[in-house]
Amino acid sequence: MANRIVIDPITRIEGHLRIEAEIKDGKVVNAYSSSTMVRGMEKIVEGRDPRDVWAFVQRACGVCTTVHAIASIRSVEDALGIVVPPNAELARNIVTIAHAFQDHVVHFYHLHALDWVDVTQVLNADPKATSELAQSISSWPKSSPGYFSDVKNRIKKFVESGQLGIFANGYWGHPAMKLPAEVNLLAVAHYLEALEWQKEIVKVHTILGGKNPHPHFLVGGMASSVNVNDAGGLNAEKLAYVGKLLHDAKTFINQVYIPDLLAIASFYKDWGAIGVSGFKNYLSFGDLPADNYRNPSSFKWPQGVILNGDLSKVHEIDIRDTKVFQEFVNKSWYDYSKGKDVGLNPWEGETNIHYTGPKPPYEHLNVDKEYSFVKTPRWNGKPMEVGPLARVLIGFAKGIPEYKEVVNFALKTLDIPVEALFSTLGRTAARGLETKLLTEWGLEFYDRLLTNIKNGDTKMANMDKWDPSTWPKEAKGVGYMEAPRGGLSHWIVIKDGKTDNYQMVVPTTWNASPRDPKGQLSAYEASLIGTPIADPNNPVEILRTIHSFDPCLACAVHLYDEHGKNISQIQIGGACSV
Amino acid sequence: MNTKNKSETYLEAVLRKGYTRRDFMKFVTYMSAFMGLESSMIGQVAKALETKKRIPVIWEHFQECTGCSESFIRSDHPLAADLILDSISLDYTDTLMAAAGHNAEEAKQASMKENYGKYILVVEGAIPTKDDGVYCTIAGRTAVEILKESAAGAAAIITFGSCSAWGGIQAAYPNPTGSVPVDAIIKDKPIIRVPGCPPIGEVMTGVVVHYATFGTLPALDDMGRPKQFYGKRVHDSCYRRPYFDAGLFAETFDSEEAKKGYCLYKLGCRGPVTYNACGFMEWNNGVSYPIKSGYPCIGCSEKDFWDNGPFTERLENLPGFGIEATADKIGKIVVGAAVAGAAVHAVASNVAKRKELKKHEDRGVFNEKNIKE
Repeated sequence: MANRIVIDPITRIEGHLRIEAEIKDGKVVNAYSSSTMVRGMEKIVEGRDPRDVWAFVQRACGVCTTVHAIASIRSVEDALGIVVPPNAELARNIVTIAHAFQDHVVHFYHLHALDWVDVTQVLNADPKATSELAQSISSWPKSSPGYFSDVKNRIKKFVESGQLGIFANGYWGHPAMKLPAEVNLLAVAHYLEALEWQKEIVKVHTILGGKNPHPHFLVGGMASSVNVNDAGGLNAEKLAYVGKLLHDAKTFINQVYIPDLLAIASFYKDWGAIGVSGFKNYLSFGDLPADNYRNPSSFKWPQGVILNGDLSKVHEIDIRDTKVFQEFVNKSWYDYSKGKDVGLNPWEGETNIHYTGPKPPYEHLNVDKEYSFVKTPRWNGKPMEVGPLARVLIGFAKGIPEYKEVVNFALKTLDIPVEALFSTLGRTAARGLETKLLTEWGLEFYDRLLTNIKNGDTKMANMDKWDPSTWPKEAKGVGYMEAPRGGLSHWIVIKDGKTDNYQMVVPTTWNASPRDPKGQLSAYEASLIGTPIADPNNPVEILRTIHSFDPCLACAVHLYDEHGKNISQIQIGGACSV
Repeated sequence: MNTKNKSETYLEAVLRKGYTRRDFMKFVTYMSAFMGLESSMIGQVAKALETKKRIPVIWEHFQECTGCSESFIRSDHPLAADLILDSISLDYTDTLMAAAGHNAEEAKQASMKENYGKYILVVEGAIPTKDDGVYCTIAGRTAVEILKESAAGAAAIITFGSCSAWGGIQAAYPNPTGSVPVDAIIKDKPIIRVPGCPPIGEVMTGVVVHYATFGTLPALDDMGRPKQFYGKRVHDSCYRRPYFDAGLFAETFDSEEAKKGYCLYKLGCRGPVTYNACGFMEWNNGVSYPIKSGYPCIGCSEKDFWDNGPFTERLENLPGFGIEATADKIGKIVVGAAVAGAAVHAVASNVAKRKELKKHEDRGVFNEKNIKE
């Protein structure tokens, strides 16, 4: 008889996620993923000015703070046929990359690392040996014995103070923790450094969008206009600031994040066979246009689908094919007017909230019925995993040289086979590998922006269709992008100058959703099956696999329409539930 | 691990970090300046930090996007890491804590029991009340129930962000889940309202440091907001303000006028009716703020700002906030938040009428002509 355990809240994520897992003979045999919070954003944007919607849906997630805004303005531009100027495209790419830097680094050190790093083991570390280790894997200057000695003393006194704060009741001394004491000290030192660094890189958003979190965006381009001879616009000083931040990010990522990732991974190579989804289908919409958004072949993050882990073929996708992209609610707390088991394309999507779960307070969800506020998206009826792993696998399978180079570098360094990528270890590694690629692309886009301005092109926005009187009576559009957590799409129907329907299909919707009508599991649930659990009271192994997806649940939850019509569902980017 | 034992003071915490007492005094001086204190109070700050025990903080997350937690860790002074490790004891927060599930809940219960009556409760996110609160549950319990329990033993409550302070985006029309702010449920505790979507990082840590330092709530206006951060309209310290005064406005984005830094009032800027620190502190350690980077203020720290759109239409079309609204109506808004010196300019006061604006515009046409000639 399996033992059902519950982890709620799953911490170190965005939003409210609950996992119920059945354990038998020390392994997970069945798992259920549930989001337990809904706000109804899609209903809230209904009837609003499409030029404002980015600000609303951006609030789907403050962790993925740029992605929903960008998907939204793209959906409106798509509906109205607005082509943004090259400078705006470049500026958006730079914003997206700066966000991925911050998000991936924070995920690694602050959301994921405590599944692998034992903070209390820092007390047993030798600072001198830690220094030697640090200097053997990186040229990062903060690596002296004195530096690590200071960090160790700080942690020692913190532990001795008795007030453990965020470290209270952690998984310290757990048998699944495998790092030598010195690696723990190195990781904790960089936990603190990364926390300080992350607030710097987001200044790219402050310069280009006025603030972070939640920078401002503009349908038609970017509001940060260029004026090289005035303090009122982007001038040499502000552009140099962006350049410095991108350069500093490259240094930090290559000298701290990547060496730490590989060092820690080398002690957890067994996780290259754990957390495999089973279906091994991967989807990426692609993003970071080197030419423009309407030309997916120019994307740095490639577009496509991989099926059954077959890296010899990448399938094309057509996001406008309404039969291909569908969402189901058979296990979700929503109704469809045409019945529980049909799938709907987001342009015709409905979100009628209908909670049928247990009355709080409750011990367990009734998983035989509906059990989540997340809907279940499918591509051609198949479950898909989205995220950095999907992007890296698709780039690798397409034979793109940059992707092949970083993947082969990681496989060789860790001495693992390519199949090990379809795993918890692979997901976490892929996030780092794409960050390494992004350090180059960020500077490439930055240089092109400077060149354009130097050549006299200062245009940052296309305002030709700003006035609603220029719009058609009815239009629909889709805006897609790659959020840090994977493929994100926003679907809008505009009528008489207003938002008539709005739907968000977010990365965490793909990954965290409940089962579909065929009984197929989505990525979280499928990946947990087979996970070894040493101690059911302290199931850190489940956290490892769930965190490897970087969940973001506030994005994934939907909209409520009490009249049961004209529904929007907002599922938002990254690992969010809307 | 055992969370009991003695608690250390701020000075002890600073010294064990390897800083000297001199460094500590510099920090105190800086924080005092930051909080607008007279130099005679520096000694008081230092004494408070030296002798006070670290304050336990319980941080609840309800209907939120985690943007406020993200903003909190953007704080430059103090750094979030220093605050978390050395100044407060952050005993519960979904976003950063190592433990999950029952381990996390037990840590929270232990801290609340041990520190009953002494901890600070921070709330991020609104609370859904419709249908018995089923739209936000954590560990099988509703947000309403959790909030009541956590508030019972709190010394004070800080509502970070417009969601817990005002209801926020989920409470925007038609408020599908019946979302309410904290003060709609908790009536018997001091509540510090720190609105913004999100608030500026240094404003968030500044409020915590104020409480940690003085052991009292910061001075609040009659809407419960710390005066030191919300005492001025964005308009009052705006970088584009001289252009407003000169009547020079940008008519569209990315226009010649926008590039010159002209006022964004006609593009919908809410600066004249928004009380926040953006203009004088700026974001991310003073780098910029939306108006400076070319986008009008959307008024994200004001009550119900989500329902005062469209954001790019000038204020006069806004229900309740309009330039055409009656002086009484506008007066109510202003009085609600206006602290000393806020009545500097016309628009938000009852002088803010169409006539006044017309005068500005005429002056602008005149000035524009002069510039071109």
